[in-house]
Amino acid sequence: MLQGTLIYGFINSVMLLLVALGFNLTFGISGVANFAFGALYITAGFLAWIGLNTLGLPYWLAGCAAVLITAVLAGLLYRFVVLRVRGLVVSEVIATFGVGLAILELFRFLGFIGFEYTLPEMLDLEVSLGGVIVDGQRLTILLVGAGLTLFLWLFTRHTRTGRAFRAIAQDEHTALTLGINTERVATVSVAFGAAYAAVAALVILPLGTIAVNEGYHVLVNALAVCIVGGLGSTLGVIVASFMIGFAQTFTATYLDTSWMMVVSLLAILVILLVRPSGLFGSQKQLEERI
Amino acid sequence: MAAQDTSKQVTRRRERLDRGIKVRSEDIYALNSWREALYLLAPRALPVVALVLLQLLAPEYWQRVLISTTVFALLAISWDLAASSGMVCLGQALFFGVGAYLAGIMNHYLGLPPGLTLPLATLGGGVICTVLLLPVLRLRGIYFAMFTLILPLMIERIIEATKVFGGTEGLSGLTPFAHPLWESFLTMAALWVALFGLRRIMASDYGLVLKGINDNDRAVMSAALNIYRYKAQALFLAAATGAFAGAFMTHSYRFVGMPVFALDYSILPIASAAVGGLGTLAGPALGAFILVPLSEMLRGLGGLRIVIYAVLLVVFTVGLPEGVFHYLRRKYTQFERWTEVGK
Amino acid sequence: MTEPAPQPPRDEIILAVEGLSKRFGGVTAVDDVSFNVKQGELLGVIGPNGSGKTTLVNLITGFLQPSTGRVSLKGQDITGGPPYRTAELGLARTFQMVKPFYQLPAFKNVVVALFSPRVKRLAGGAYGDRDAVAKDLLEEVGFERDSWVINKQASVLPHGYLKRLELARCLALRPEVLVLDELFSGLSLAEVASLVPVIEKLMVQGMTIIMVEHRLKELFRIADRVLVLNFGQKIAEGVPAEVMAQPKVRGAYLGSESED
Repeated sequence: MLQGTLIYGFINSVMLLLVALGFNLTFGISGVANFAFGALYITAGFLAWIGLNTLGLPYWLAGCAAVLITAVLAGLLYRFVVLRVRGLVVSEVIATFGVGLAILELFRFLGFIGFEYTLPEMLDLEVSLGGVIVDGQRLTILLVGAGLTLFLWLFTRHTRTGRAFRAIAQDEHTALTLGINTERVATVSVAFGAAYAAVAALVILPLGTIAVNEGYHVLVNALAVCIVGGLGSTLGVIVASFMIGFAQTFTATYLDTSWMMVVSLLAILVILLVRPSGLFGSQKQLEERI
Repeated sequence: MAAQDTSKQVTRRRERLDRGIKVRSEDIYALNSWREALYLLAPRALPVVALVLLQLLAPEYWQRVLISTTVFALLAISWDLAASSGMVCLGQALFFGVGAYLAGIMNHYLGLPPGLTLPLATLGGGVICTVLLLPVLRLRGIYFAMFTLILPLMIERIIEATKVFGGTEGLSGLTPFAHPLWESFLTMAALWVALFGLRRIMASDYGLVLKGINDNDRAVMSAALNIYRYKAQALFLAAATGAFAGAFMTHSYRFVGMPVFALDYSILPIASAAVGGLGTLAGPALGAFILVPLSEMLRGLGGLRIVIYAVLLVVFTVGLPEGVFHYLRRKYTQFERWTEVGK
Repeated sequence: MTEPAPQPPRDEIILAVEGLSKRFGGVTAVDDVSFNVKQGELLGVIGPNGSGKTTLVNLITGFLQPSTGRVSLKGQDITGGPPYRTAELGLARTFQMVKPFYQLPAFKNVVVALFSPRVKRLAGGAYGDRDAVAKDLLEEVGFERDSWVINKQASVLPHGYLKRLELARCLALRPEVLVLDELFSGLSLAEVASLVPVIEKLMVQGMTIIMVEHRLKELFRIADRVLVLNFGQKIAEGVPAEVMAQPKVRGAYLGSESED
C-alpha cells in the first residue's frame, strides 16, 4: 500500500512538473503569466484527437502537429493580445485569462465532452516496480518528464536562443542593449511554454478523457507549483512539484480525491507565511510579491 | 491627445476642452442656475429614474432580467472597488457564493426570514471573505489574482467532498420574497446605495489612500499608513457588496447550490468592468447593464454566453481600455475640435 | 503647521545602528555596519555604485529585514519594520526611484501622507484642511503655488518636480529623522542649487537628516559628517574633508566615480 502510494506519488509529481515547467518557463523569461495555459493544454489534446480520429493521421504526425500548432497559437496570442498590453500586469492577466476562458468554453459549447475523446497510450506494456504494477503510459510520463527537464536545462545553457532566454530573464533592458530582440525572444518563450504544455497534454491525457474542466485544473496546479517553488526558478519548480505531488497523492489515498486541490492551496498558504518569495525565489521576486 | 498627421504640410491635432458649464458648476457649485444644477444632476438622476420606470413598465420576463442585471452590477461594483485598492480578484464567485450559502444556511437550518438573512449574510460574508483572504493580503498583482482564482474552485470541491449543506444537491425550497416588487426595489436600492456610497468613499481622502495603494503601495507605507489595514477594510466593503448579491439571489431563486461558485460569477464582473471602464464603480455597473441583457437576448446560444463575455473582455482590455463610461463622460464634459498646428 | 515636531536637545543620539548586515543569497550587500546619528546633524552616506547604500536605507526604514543587527530610533527598537511603523515613529524616507501616485494630482499625493495617524496625533487629534496644508508643503519644497503643476496628475510631472514631491510627502509626516535616498540624482545643477536651500532650512529648524548621495560636491557643502561604504562595509566616518583625505576612501572612489 505505502509502496504503491510512494510510486504513484512520484508519478503524480512528475505530472505536475510537466505541467508547471511550461508555465514557469514563459513567466521566468518574459514575465508573462500565461493564464491561457490550461486552455492551450486542452487545445493540444483536442488537436491531436482531431488529427488521429477525424483526419486519420498516424500517431507521430498528429502529435507533432498538435505541439506545433499549439506553439504557434501561443505565439500569436502573445503577438496580438499580450504585446498590446505589455507591462500592464493586470491587463496581461485579464487578457490571457479571457482568451483561455473563451477557448475552453468554446470547446464545451462545440460539444467536445464525452468518453470518446481520449488519446491512445504510447507504450502498451506493464512493468512491476517493487511489486507495484505500473502501466506503459505512466512510464512514458516518467521518461518524458525527465527528458523535458534535461532538455530545458541543456537548452538554456548551450544554445543561442536559450542563452538569450536567460539574458532576458535577468534584465530585459540590458538584454536589449546587447542586441537581443527581446520581443521576438519573448514570443518564442511563450510559444515554447505552450509547446511544453502540449507535450504534457499528449503524455498525460491518455490516462483519462480530454475534459474541458481539466484545463482549469491544470492551470490551478501549475500556479500552485510555481508559487510554491518561486516563479521563474526551475529548481524551485522541481522541488515544489514533488512536495505537492506527494502531498496530493497521500491525501487522495488516505482521504479523498476531492481534497487534492485543498492540498495545493494549503501548500501556497504555508509557503507564503514561511517563505513569501517561494522556496527558491530571489529577493527581486519577494519585492514583486509583497 | 494629439493625433498628428505628419505627411501633410498642415498638421492638425484634436483639441479637447472642458465645457464651460463643467468648469463653472464644479468650481462655484451649481446652485446659482438651474441649468448648471441640471448639468450635474442629470447623469446621476437619469439612470435612477430610468431604472424605476423600466422595472415598472417592462414585461414580466424582462423584469426578471433587470433584477439579475442589477445583481450582477453589484458584483461588478464589488470587483471594481477591490481592484481600485490594488486587489485584482479572479474569483469574484467567492464573495457571491459565500453570501449565497450563508443566506441559504440561515434560512434552511435556522428558519430565519429574508429580512434577517440578507443583512446577516451581507455582514457575515464580508467578514468571512476578508478572513479567508487575510493571509494573502500581502500579495500583490498577479499573485493575489492567482490565489483568488483558486479559492472558489476549492470551496466547490470541499462542498462536494464533505457533502455539507446539501452537497451537490444544494439547499432548495427556501423562503421567497413576499412580493416580486420587493425584489425589484430591494436590488435597486442596494445598487444605488452601493454605487453612490462607495463612490463617495472613493472620492474622499480615505479613498485617496486606497487609490494610492493601487498606484504605489511602498509610498503609502512610507507615509506611515498601515496598508494591510486599509486593504482589509476595502476588501470587507467589496466582499459585503458581493455577499449581498449572493444572498439576494439565494432567496430570489429559492435555492442555493454549488453553481454559485461557478465561473460565471467570476468572469462577468471582470468583463463588465472592462467593457464599462475600470476604476469608477459606475463604469462596471454600466458594463453589467450592457452585458447581461445582451447575453439574455442571445439566450439561444446557451453555453456560448461565457465565450462572448470572455471575447468582449479581451477585446475591451486590449483594444478599448477606456471603456464605455469614460468615453461617455469625456463626451459629456468636454468638447473636441480640430485645430491646425505649426506650418 | 509645517514646523517640525518638538525636538529633544542637540547632540543626543537619535538613531543608532548596530552591526547591521544583509545577505542576499551568497552576496553580502551590507556587512556589519554600525553608526550613530545625533539630533540635528546631517549625516552623508557615500560610496561607489553597488556599495550597499540603498540597501542600508531599506534596512533602516524597515523595507528590508536585516540578517543581523539592530536599528533603534530614540531608544526604541525599529529593526525590520514594518515600514509604516517606522514612519509612524518619525523616520521618513524618500525613494531613489521616485514613487509618486501617478494617477493622483500632485497635491493629493501629499494629502495621502497627511491622512496618516501620525499627523493626526501630532496635531492633537485634528487633521485640519489637508488640501491647504498639502499646498503649503509643496510651496515649501519649491512648487509654485497656484500654478498648473500643483493640480496636475503626477504622471505628467517632470522628474525634478517628482523629487520635490517625494520630499514634500516626507515632510507631511513632520518626521524627526529624514532619510533622503539620492535626492539629487538625475537633477540638473540648477535644480540641485534650488533644493539645497530647502534642506538648509530644514537643518536650521533642527531636523536630523541622513543623505545618501552621489553628488559629493553639493553634499560636502552641507554635511556635518559623512560615512563611506564600500562593498557593504563601512570604511570611514568623520568630517568630509578628513574622510576624503584617507587613502582607502580615495582608492574606493578612484576609477569607479563616474559623476562629478
